Amino acid sequence: MAQKAHITVNDLTMAYGDFVIQQNLSFTVNKEDIFIIMGGSGCGKSTLLRLLVGLKQPKNGSVFYQNTNFWQANEQQRNEIMRKNGILYQSGALWSSMTLAENIALPLAEYTDLSTVEISELVSLKLALVGLSGFEDYFPSEISGGMQKRAGLARAIALDPDILFFDEPSAGLDPVSAKLLDDLILELRDSLGATIIIVTHELASIFAIGNNSIFLDADSKTMIAVGDPNILLQESKDPKVRQFLTRGKTYLSEQYS
Amino acid sequence: MTAPLIPSHYQIQPLSNGRLELQLGGDWVIGNAIPSLNEVKKSLYQYQNISYIVINSHSLGNWDSRLVSFVLRLTEVLSKDNISLDITDLPSGIQSLIRLATTVSARKDTHKKKTQPSFATQLGQKAISSMAEVQKFTTFIGEVYLSMARFIQGKARFRNQDFWQVVQECGPSALPIITLISLLMGLILAFMGAIQLRLFGADIYVANLVAIGMTREMGAMMTAIIMAGRTGASFAAKLGTMQVNEEINAFKTMGIAAMDFLILPRILALTLMMPLLTIYSDVIGILGGLLIGIGVMDISVVEYYLQTQQSITLVDWSTGIFKSSVYGLLIAIIGCMSGIQCGRSASAVGIATTTAVVRSIVIIIVADAIFTLLFESLGI
Ligand SMILES: Nc1ncnc2c1ncn2[C@@H]1O[C@H](COP(=O)(O)OP(=O)(O)OP(=O)(O)O)[C@@H](O)[C@H]1O
Ligand SMILES: [Mg+2]
Repeated sequence: MAQKAHITVNDLTMAYGDFVIQQNLSFTVNKEDIFIIMGGSGCGKSTLLRLLVGLKQPKNGSVFYQNTNFWQANEQQRNEIMRKNGILYQSGALWSSMTLAENIALPLAEYTDLSTVEISELVSLKLALVGLSGFEDYFPSEISGGMQKRAGLARAIALDPDILFFDEPSAGLDPVSAKLLDDLILELRDSLGATIIIVTHELASIFAIGNNSIFLDADSKTMIAVGDPNILLQESKDPKVRQFLTRGKTYLSEQYS
Repeated sequence: MTAPLIPSHYQIQPLSNGRLELQLGGDWVIGNAIPSLNEVKKSLYQYQNISYIVINSHSLGNWDSRLVSFVLRLTEVLSKDNISLDITDLPSGIQSLIRLATTVSARKDTHKKKTQPSFATQLGQKAISSMAEVQKFTTFIGEVYLSMARFIQGKARFRNQDFWQVVQECGPSALPIITLISLLMGLILAFMGAIQLRLFGADIYVANLVAIGMTREMGAMMTAIIMAGRTGASFAAKLGTMQVNEEINAFKTMGIAAMDFLILPRILALTLMMPLLTIYSDVIGILGGLLIGIGVMDISVVEYYLQTQQSITLVDWSTGIFKSSVYGLLIAIIGCMSGIQCGRSASAVGIATTTAVVRSIVIIIVADAIFTLLFESLGI
């Protein structure tokens, strides 16, 4: 498969006010990649995600969606791009006053001219895809945390997005559900042909599904590794990256040897 | 940039012994009209004795969830009549999505009944739920009482800094709005009085009118209404959001009484601050009256001051102050109760806030009426 760049980030600096979180970030996410953003807690992963999806403006640098510079584009182009993104927020972020069906139907009603019947058919399909058939009339507060996450995914894929963003999708899920979610992400990538960007700490899924990644470091405030996580595990010399990818084992063995 | 959509279409080709071929062509995507399931079904059922249908997708263009949804429903419909649908010719993406959608079968026990109850049932339910409301309210009052008792015995725990923060929020922070409203209140009272009193040449009695009006009634009442909208609503929203985020549950499971920790400081703070705010409001209101007195009616400052001093007694001040304390208690209790009994969603927080404000204002007016009757009959 020819590698085509989907998102290109150039020399990006992100900051809250004057407080710089990360700087000099440059990387490329290719079409149909499963791209992992990893790093210790508080290093700025969620912030980077917020920046990529257009919720927060970078202090410096640029984000290209294919050939469009996101932050230089006009309002309409930006909306166009944002509409093709599906985002699963860390907490699900389902609209609590709407049922699951209404949550998923809203983007469909907003952006397509389908009839109510057609929309409800699509809603049932999306819920079936995430294993929630029959829960159409439930409110988010009436289902479990893991189910909320899956419902959030159903909403994220409502408009058949080109790019799917996930913020810690498997946090709070049991290992079996986490594995199922990973499989689901792979399936969706293959069948929808979507590009996937995931923030996660879950080593098992990093190695199982990721084929590209960056590693952010809070101390040096920049990325210290980039590439396929499986290759990073074998070849990276950076102690921080090794420590992270081996759950601290190398760090300990180096300390005590 | 995007190529124009090719209309979606289908064709049916009979094969040998009861088999049909369904040929799909064009773009089956959102934004393109696609054939309805009924229509396709009807054309398929024109043929007799079919048992097997195979999909041919050689001329299929683009596709998305719409095609997946179509094929899925077609499979369902056909399987009811024991006709099998062969989808192996479809793009592998569609096949895997269909597999995914059918792996977890729909839970049968999930469907909620949606029946419209009769008028009598609705009325009955309303009555029962109002009873439950009353019960909840009395329970809450009981809990507040117990919590107060613990506080007096020195057993109730809350953080001092929380208490002072609430004091700050419902005391000094409210001063600007209280100043504005009370000043205008004084102006209005004086102006209305001035027009009438001038007819009798009794201009100076404007001072009495404003002084008594503010201290006995309006000071406490206006402050209470402002605080209901400001602080009562904020209590309800804060506690409601904490309820939504399970913060209240976190207190409970740690064995910390939310009543002592969250509600008691709020009730104490507002009950203590209300009298102070009311005194302030009374003074500002009288100042407002003074402005009209000297500006419109040529009364001198000293005259106005002396007249005011003569007209009000300590009893007038204290009835207002006593009432304001009671209002503060009521506003805090209602605000906290609405918050703590809030549901688990964003709209529930909105409802809790509205309930808090509406109930507080109603109860303030009712309480004021009762106080007026009471003081009248006691001759105060
Ligand atoms: N709204 C904000 N204002 C100021 N600073 C913020 C804000 N949000 C986050 N930060 C700071 O930015 C840094 C990165 O936060 P971010 O949420 O991106 O971390 P993270 O890598 O996602 O961490 P985690 O893995 O714990 O979720 C943190 O140091 C945090 O203190
Ligand atoms: Mg985060």
